[in-house]
Amino acid sequence: MSLITPDFGLLFWMVLIFGAVFFILAKFGFPVITKAVQKRSDHIEESLRMAEKARASIDDAIRQREQMLEETRSEQDKMLKEASRTREAILGDAREKAQAEAAEMIRNARAEIAAEKEFAMQEIRSEVSALSVAVAEKVVREKLESTPEQQALLQRYAEEARQAELN
Amino acid sequence: MRAGRSIIAALAALLLSLPLFAQAEGEGSVEGAEAPALDMQEYIFGHIGDAYEWHITTINGKHISIPLPCIVVDNGVHIFSSEKLSHGAAHEGYRIASKGEAHEGKLVRASDGSRPFDISITKNVCGLLIDSLLLIVLILACARWYRRHDYLKEAPRGIAGLLEPVIVMIENDVIKEAVGPEYKKFSPYLLTAFFFILINNLMGILPVFPGGANITGNIAVTMAMALFTFLAVNLFGNKHYWKDILWPDVPIFLKAIPLMPVIEIIGMFTKPFSLMIRLFANIMAGHIMLLSTIAIVFLTVKLGPAVNGSLSFMAVIIGVFLDVLELLVAFLQAYVFTMLSSVFIGLAHQHPETETN
Repeated sequence: MSLITPDFGLLFWMVLIFGAVFFILAKFGFPVITKAVQKRSDHIEESLRMAEKARASIDDAIRQREQMLEETRSEQDKMLKEASRTREAILGDAREKAQAEAAEMIRNARAEIAAEKEFAMQEIRSEVSALSVAVAEKVVREKLESTPEQQALLQRYAEEARQAELN
Repeated sequence: MRAGRSIIAALAALLLSLPLFAQAEGEGSVEGAEAPALDMQEYIFGHIGDAYEWHITTINGKHISIPLPCIVVDNGVHIFSSEKLSHGAAHEGYRIASKGEAHEGKLVRASDGSRPFDISITKNVCGLLIDSLLLIVLILACARWYRRHDYLKEAPRGIAGLLEPVIVMIENDVIKEAVGPEYKKFSPYLLTAFFFILINNLMGILPVFPGGANITGNIAVTMAMALFTFLAVNLFGNKHYWKDILWPDVPIFLKAIPLMPVIEIIGMFTKPFSLMIRLFANIMAGHIMLLSTIAIVFLTVKLGPAVNGSLSFMAVIIGVFLDVLELLVAFLQAYVFTMLSSVFIGLAHQHPETETN
């Protein structure tokens, strides 16, 4: 029967001992542990969330970089195209200018040539006239030397010619 | 596997040879001095019951035991060693009641055999003190680890690494689930109860001195545990809990004659009562089972060496199996007690709006 009749002394000590154990462990034992574990699991959760966030921002950065690269590439393309267009334009301009200049020079040369030619013709013409005058003089001098009137006329002509030469 | 087999073989050889020695010794002794028949009742109850001294073993009829202090409050406090009371001797007017008396094995007044107010440090109290000290040291060592280390960056090691998974498992899977949102307030009590029962169960399995006291298989101990759970449930129960007991949602005629309230009030007490009986019966039954199995070794001596040897061998094999089973039961009963306490506390903290879900 003593097996199932609780002994008072033991009950008394049990209540006392369990009470003391409970007091000590509830004050200095379990709360410390459970709080620490709770804190750590919170910390791990937080870390995971931060890692997720960091990964997202890295992804974002990568995407941004790619976008920037893309933009740069297109910008470069555009600039290259622009440059080649400019070059074409400059070359075209230069060619046009050179052509215009060449044409101008040719025109000038032509004008000069024409002037030169005119001048040469003039000279030839005056040479020819002088020659013809000389020839005519010789011819005339042969025929007119005998008469005094003619002598006088010649004289006059000579004078005129000298006058003209002086002028 | 091979080592296991050779161990079993060696054990079998040893056990088979034991009865031969016994018999040889028996033949040599005087006639009629046949080994006294094992008194099963005394053997088992002596092991699972409480005592005023801590009996360790008996060598050649000489008892080796640790005397414990007897404390009696009876017209002043009497404190003396239990040694003084051995073999039915009386001391300061007290003796231990002999077989057949009303308080068999208990400390009684020498004059009329009545019980005084007896708060002796018995074997179970001593065991409780040792186990409690051990538990406090273990848990505080674990807590100390968290104080001394940066637990956010370090994985727990040593005692903290051993206890943390158990504490987390009990708190998250049992307490948080069963008690509900207010679990933080009750978690220290429930964790203390769990570890207290667990360590006492485990120490009870240990056969030698610091262990071996049948603490959780003693009804006074489980009664105190149940009492604490009863207080935890009823002192902190909410309005809804009390309404459910005193004025439950049942047809009015069940309340007018207070049939349901009476049942509910009885229920208040049967819940911790079941906790008390469950833990007590399970642990005590485990101890009796183990002791009975070992008793086979001694009971079969009379049947001759062959039977005794083979049955002893079987008894040891079964004993190993039972010991392992007891390890499981030690954990399981602590777990069940904690879980049911959590459920009872949880029931006292229900809110009607969550109940409908």
